[in-house]
Amino acid sequence: MGPGARPAAARPGVDPRAVDMSTRLGTLALPDPVLTASGCAAAGRELAPFVDLHRIGAVVTKSIMLQPRSGRPTPRMAETPSGMLNSIGLQGPGVEAFIAKDLRWLRERGIRTVVSIAGGTVGEYQKLAQRLRHEPGISAIEVNISCPNVESRGQVFACDPFSSASVVGVVRRHTPPDVPVLAKLSPDVTDIVAIAKSVREAGADGVSMINTLLGMVIDPDTMRPMLGGMTGGLSGPAIRPVAVRAVWQVHAVLPDLPILGMGGIRTGRDAFEFLLAGASAVSVGTAVFNDPHALARISTELRVLLAQRGIARSSDAVGLGHVMQARHVQAQAARRSAQEEAPR
Amino acid sequence: MPSQVLAEVVGLRRTGAYHHMTLLAPGIPEATRPGHFVAIAVGGEGSGMLLRRAFSIHRATAAGPAGGTVEIVFAVHGTGTRWLADRRRGDKLDVIGPLGRPFTLPRQPVACVLVAGGYGAAPLFTLSEQLRARGCRVDMVLGAASEDRLYGVLEAKRSSASVTVTTDDGSAGIRGRVTDPLAEIIRAAGADVVYACGPMPMLAAVARVAAEQGAHSQCAVEEAMACGIGVCMTCVLPVRGRDGVTRMVRSCTEGPVFRGTDVRWEDVGTVPPDTLGAPVAGGH
Repeated sequence: MGPGARPAAARPGVDPRAVDMSTRLGTLALPDPVLTASGCAAAGRELAPFVDLHRIGAVVTKSIMLQPRSGRPTPRMAETPSGMLNSIGLQGPGVEAFIAKDLRWLRERGIRTVVSIAGGTVGEYQKLAQRLRHEPGISAIEVNISCPNVESRGQVFACDPFSSASVVGVVRRHTPPDVPVLAKLSPDVTDIVAIAKSVREAGADGVSMINTLLGMVIDPDTMRPMLGGMTGGLSGPAIRPVAVRAVWQVHAVLPDLPILGMGGIRTGRDAFEFLLAGASAVSVGTAVFNDPHALARISTELRVLLAQRGIARSSDAVGLGHVMQARHVQAQAARRSAQEEAPR
Repeated sequence: MPSQVLAEVVGLRRTGAYHHMTLLAPGIPEATRPGHFVAIAVGGEGSGMLLRRAFSIHRATAAGPAGGTVEIVFAVHGTGTRWLADRRRGDKLDVIGPLGRPFTLPRQPVACVLVAGGYGAAPLFTLSEQLRARGCRVDMVLGAASEDRLYGVLEAKRSSASVTVTTDDGSAGIRGRVTDPLAEIIRAAGADVVYACGPMPMLAAVARVAAEQGAHSQCAVEEAMACGIGVCMTCVLPVRGRDGVTRMVRSCTEGPVFRGTDVRWEDVGTVPPDTLGAPVAGGH
């Protein structure tokens, strides 16, 4: 929606069933803007009893690595206020088993699939992209450069613009041109816009924001860190304002860069907030642990909420918060100058 | 296939140190077998407590006057279970079940020993009923820290060939652990299978004693879970597969019932170095 368009909120309400929920992430067209979040839906199969995986935006798989990986010792999670801390440590079967079992399962059912990949070196990301490039049934690649549960935590690729760009560039070069590459960014940086700029220059077709925030819980009874991995990634509604801020900042500077927004989305209202900030689609993660039906529910809630505001297409809401804010500032300025010019 | 239902609390009472809750949960009891569990959302809608609490199903009754019911027994451990204990009749709870892999029943009418620590006894009574319906002899061993933490002793006495009680402090039965008299009970009954549910160290000891006596063991673990449905990967433990390879395995989907000889009990809480994909140096 351009700045000259009529304010959406002023339109009369539309029938929720008539709201067009389709959206795009670069070249990828999605019928619904609500996706699973990497690491919160395994490879989709376990959610099938609760949600029609064909109707959601896409399944974003748990990050896959080249080799099988055991992950970290237990305890791997701690509940925190409106959130949780996890230290899974990228447990997974390795890319070969993933392709043979998980990807095959998704492909046979025609479920849109975003494959999340993670590696320890630029070379590993390259090999993953090369291994996946001839596999059909991949809607997009999400490059996880920001998992905090790795050995060199605090030095993840996503904390440095140059490292981020190296990884994303190599994945982009080895991925078919019609498959969008999304870079998953960490909020644990001083300037997330700088990272977003660097991955875009390296060829990213979009960014996924945000990964978990690095955190720690200490058990007052044992008087030592509660998690087996000591530190973990904080997720859930507790981090939502951080995520909305990150999406807002990046969209403000790079309005054409598609954003898959995530971080604490639990309701349609939360998803709407991300669209307003500039996300074209959203991933729902931790809320699925609480409610495996969450994706379908959130999509319905978002649809109703858009209809109530007279927004006929979910894509019309993308970045609308910036437009509304600009209008608000203009209106204030106009009022101020009118007051100043008025004769006393 | 598990289902997610809005269940109604139709009964809640104290029993010793525990709480016994009956839920009207249409669709769940029909598919429930002994060893299955439910995952319950706590704190009400929009609660800041996001993680479901998992409880083994004590009893599932398919044909109730208003639909099927499931019963759970739980202890108050923290804010979530406190909230659950404060529910009233008529309150609604978001329940998912039945979840997990249940106990495997023997094909032949062999003798079985059922061992429980504390409210770990909860899922064993329907198991006992089904075993006896197949002509199996059932002996039970119930242990706890103290008398008030025992569960189901009377029910066990009504339904078992023998019941042995142990408490750590000697306030009821034999002073000591469930595993102290276990070998003798297995021998006396000529038991081929030992079923167990309780805390991890108890299960480790039961699996060891069963193996020493040449009996199979099936152990239902109590691992902390966030989701209960297999997507969060938090409830893992090291389990040796049929191929001899150790993997970090989810206790919600591949368990909670494991063969006692498959679990690497001494390594629970760690990633053994020979686990598939274990970190090469220093951890990951």
